[in-house]
Amino acid sequence: MRILVVEDDKDVAGFVLKGLREAGHTVEHADNGRDGLFLAASENFDAIILDRMLPGGIDGLRLLETLRAQDNATPVLFLSALGQVDDRVKGLKAGGDDYLTKPFAFAELLARVEALTRRGKSDGPATKLSVGDLEMDLLSRSVRRGAQKIDLQPREFRLLEYLMRHAGQVVTRTMLLEGVWDYHFDPQTNVIDVHVSRLRQKIDKPFELPLLHTVRNAGYMLRAEEV
Amino acid sequence: METIPAPAVEAAESRPGRAEAPSETRRAKPLIRSTGIRFALTYAVVFGLSAFTLAFSLWYSTIGLLQRQVESAILNDAAALNEHYQIGGLPSLINAIHSRLTDASDSDGIYLLLDPLGNHIIGNLDQWPRGLNQINTWYELPVTRKGVRSISLLRAYTLSGGEQLLIGRDVSARTQLRNVMRDALLWALGLMIFLGLLGALLIRSMFRRMMRDISTTTRAIALGDLTRRIPKHGDGDEFDELAEIINDMLERISRLMDGVRQVSNAIAHDLRTPITRARARLEDAALHAHTEEDLQSAIERAMLDLDGVVGVFEALLRIAEIEAGSRRSAFAAIDLTPMLEDIDELYRAVAEERGLILDTRIDSPLPLLGDRELVQQAVANLLDNALKFSASGTTIRFSARVEEALIEISIADSGPGISEEDRNRATERFFRAESARSTAGSGLGLALVAAVAQLHNGTLRLASNNPGLRAILTLPARRK
Repeated sequence: MRILVVEDDKDVAGFVLKGLREAGHTVEHADNGRDGLFLAASENFDAIILDRMLPGGIDGLRLLETLRAQDNATPVLFLSALGQVDDRVKGLKAGGDDYLTKPFAFAELLARVEALTRRGKSDGPATKLSVGDLEMDLLSRSVRRGAQKIDLQPREFRLLEYLMRHAGQVVTRTMLLEGVWDYHFDPQTNVIDVHVSRLRQKIDKPFELPLLHTVRNAGYMLRAEEV
Repeated sequence: METIPAPAVEAAESRPGRAEAPSETRRAKPLIRSTGIRFALTYAVVFGLSAFTLAFSLWYSTIGLLQRQVESAILNDAAALNEHYQIGGLPSLINAIHSRLTDASDSDGIYLLLDPLGNHIIGNLDQWPRGLNQINTWYELPVTRKGVRSISLLRAYTLSGGEQLLIGRDVSARTQLRNVMRDALLWALGLMIFLGLLGALLIRSMFRRMMRDISTTTRAIALGDLTRRIPKHGDGDEFDELAEIINDMLERISRLMDGVRQVSNAIAHDLRTPITRARARLEDAALHAHTEEDLQSAIERAMLDLDGVVGVFEALLRIAEIEAGSRRSAFAAIDLTPMLEDIDELYRAVAEERGLILDTRIDSPLPLLGDRELVQQAVANLLDNALKFSASGTTIRFSARVEEALIEISIADSGPGISEEDRNRATERFFRAESARSTAGSGLGLALVAAVAQLHNGTLRLASNNPGLRAILTLPARRK
């Protein structure tokens, strides 16, 4: 994937660029708003990682508003030290697709950026999702693995749907809290782990090949092949 | 005395300060701006105007009355004499005047009748008074009667035969009275002005004395002495009321200051611990790590420590954000029921995992004007706590109901609870009860819940659950 990073802090930018390259992405970097806007508007990217506070007269919000005014729908993830609720709301209102507060774990950033690009592609009117022999029918709201029907609670269904939509990607606990429970803070209790392990009981336990994997220091991943 | 309030109002409305003392303006220029002086001058002007009104009405009702009585006596006399002249001719008139002149009971009467040539016919005046030129007009002139000069009120008439008739009354007595009264009133006025100014000065000094208490206190506070309070005089007047309001404000400020001081101390202490730990790990690894694995694990653990520090910062900022009240602009009309049911569902799994019983009763609807996300976090914090401190096999009761326009969310566990003396401090930032020291946590959870409650004009109450803790979050319900 081709990703643009607009970030003025050299260390943070270097860390992000290196990590993204290691994950196999092509990366461009701009260290001020003006250059960032120029690159974003003139070239094609799969995603943009955007700092809020930038030198060069154009801050992150202005950059994004200008970009959206030009009908550019490139997915944008804000990466900002402004972490108040209002800041997040402002960022999303300006057209941001996701908002991550500094300091951050790289695994979280990577998972979120990859989720963004996937979302951009698969937001079509799919009625069926499948990973390996696991199939989900979104219309009848039924799940089966191989020939066996699996009964899920409504919330388990949503959790699985989220994981299936991001199949093959790392999904962090925070992403699950936001995407499935609409929580925007980290509870102190390991609530997500418990729910994921319950889901695993239902979709993996009776079968030979596990689909739901735990990724150390990052989160979970649903995929058919061995990690 | 209905006339008095009118000028008083007028004086209060017109700002007399500037016009009153033109000769003083240069010296008093900075003084005019002082409220005390303005008060005092307004008072003096109101006082003077009412005194003047009083004097004027007194004057009008005595001297004026006497004057009008004399005038009507002369007019009646003139009408009677004219009648004599019309009926009996000149002899009858002379007769009538003569009888009036000889009547001892009316010694104030002045009469003079001249023939058309100006010769004296009858009367007690030797000659026509000088200065009396027009007929049918009131004159007040000095005349000489029987060799005595006196002031008289006079009126002249021309009769149909060409004779000229002068009728008058000696008003010396009235004039004397008037003089006495004028003098008295002038003295009184002078005294009133003096008293008025004295009163003004008194008011000013009273005002200043009362202001002095407030200004010395506030100045001392501005200089950093937050312990000072404005003394009260105890008579419950407006200044006492003001002093009380200001003292309340100072109380609140000093409590906030204490809070800030305590929080910054706590931050310094509570953050130093994990930072020290992280630093020690990294330094130890840099010096002693022999294998890459040692290094890796030291770095990972240091990162966890730093994540903890970040978590504490985030919680602190969040609490500060809530306490600043800016989230109030994002308040919306919501029903808490679905949100609480979601939380219940989220935590039920954890409770079951740990062998706890979560006994939930959530009423519907629970209408609230507020911030869904914040209430969600507050309730989640309370449940986090309950789960953290509960032993396997015990029950956590989670209930939400609306009663008398109050939404009451209660979470009760059977854990160690919080001792009576610690309960008041439990919502302070970084406070951790002795029994909770060994458990993970930042000591910010309840502080956040309390802040959320306060933002919604609600309360967080901590009570004993015998055994355990019962946390009751009360929020005012939204009115239909």
